[in-house]
Amino acid sequence: VFKRFVEIGRVAFISFGPHAGKLVAIVDVIDQNRALVDGPCSGVRRQAMPFKCMQLTDFVLKFPHSARQKCVRLAWEKENINEKWAATRWAKKIEAREKKAKMTDFDRYKVMKAKKMRNRIIKHEMKKLQKMSSKKGKKPEKPEKSEKAQKSEKVQKAQKAQK
Amino acid sequence: MAGEKAAGEKKPGEKAAGKKKTGEKKPAEQKASQKEGGEKKKKIKKHHASRNPVLARGIGRYSRSAMYARKALYKRKYTAPETKIEKKKKEKPRATITKPVGGDKNGGSRVVKIRKMPRYYPTEDVPRKLLSHGKKPFCQHKRRLRASITPGTVLILLTGRHRGKRVVFLKQLGTGLLLVTGPLVINRVPLRRAHQKFVIATSTKVDISGVKIPKHLTDAYFKKKRLRKPKHQEGEIFDTEKEKYEITEQRKTDQKAVDSQILARIKKVPQLRGYLRSTFCLSNGVYPHKLVF
Repeated sequence: VFKRFVEIGRVAFISFGPHAGKLVAIVDVIDQNRALVDGPCSGVRRQAMPFKCMQLTDFVLKFPHSARQKCVRLAWEKENINEKWAATRWAKKIEAREKKAKMTDFDRYKVMKAKKMRNRIIKHEMKKLQKMSSKKGKKPEKPEKSEKAQKSEKVQKAQKAQK
Repeated sequence: MAGEKAAGEKKPGEKAAGKKKTGEKKPAEQKASQKEGGEKKKKIKKHHASRNPVLARGIGRYSRSAMYARKALYKRKYTAPETKIEKKKKEKPRATITKPVGGDKNGGSRVVKIRKMPRYYPTEDVPRKLLSHGKKPFCQHKRRLRASITPGTVLILLTGRHRGKRVVFLKQLGTGLLLVTGPLVINRVPLRRAHQKFVIATSTKVDISGVKIPKHLTDAYFKKKRLRKPKHQEGEIFDTEKEKYEITEQRKTDQKAVDSQILARIKKVPQLRGYLRSTFCLSNGVYPHKLVF
């Protein structure tokens, strides 16, 4: 049922508090509610932190309990946690949310136009397929779907560039 | 002896050198003083520190008369030079005027006083109002402008017939209202005044650095005109006031002059034209306090 456990070396994401949004590694467990935590590569000093504000990630580092910061840093850099984290969907969602919140009025307009264009293309292709299927009875045309996918990719790129 | 000689030599040498120096100094001084004088004319004279030491807050060491003497104000009496125009203006204003009078055997004209005596004196005089300070008339108020509004900013109008429209800000006028233009071809907003408080400033800016706005576009130009000559014929009072607003030719030419400059700059930014054409609206889940403009 549970896949991520609190263990020495577990990398956790801090969800609220003064260090919200940063990654830390669990170095030791103090008691039922707190852990000794250290984030040398993310700017978090070695400190006690309650489990409640930590959300466990998939990454585990290898170092002995109560290892000093240098060891934690070495393990962190060896595993390249920062890059791996940036590649996860979790981090990307966070980034997308931040970008959306920072959008100015002009950006919102540009996104609206891009979305409109994209949806129009998709609808156009859908209608085509529907027409085909209604006309020819039972012959679904699959090569047309790839065209639609290409066109929509172009629009997505435009959207991302504008963001 | 050698020492004395040397000393002796030094003195005449020094004196000669001194004389030379003084000789040289004079023309140099003159030049320096001329320069200073010239500079002083351009520079404001350095003000002396307060000649009235403070004993406690609000209390100076010297009285008014003592300060008068200390500041040598007896020497410093200035009057503004009287210009020729002011000299001419010393003519007294006319006291009476002769007006023609109709009717037969009436003499043709009467001499009428221009400033007449009051026709009514109230029984109680109006009491003298106490002095107030800091109550300035509107024309002297301080005009402020939000830091987010700079020339070229795209604003969203919130009130008026153009509510929701996105518009380019040009400059702040003398009364503090903002001069704003659509441009007209983009969203049908002409050169118009908008109130700062009823406007959202977006962070989108158009570069209006070289645009020249005609100087006659002031508040008086935009002010609404009201005709006020009803001859008290009750049926017709409402007709004489302007109901229909007519666009004058001058407004059209001014609009063209300003818009042509701005449109060129708008075309440079991709999608800005479409942005200015669109209107702002809120929909479900959109909260103004959470939006970044």
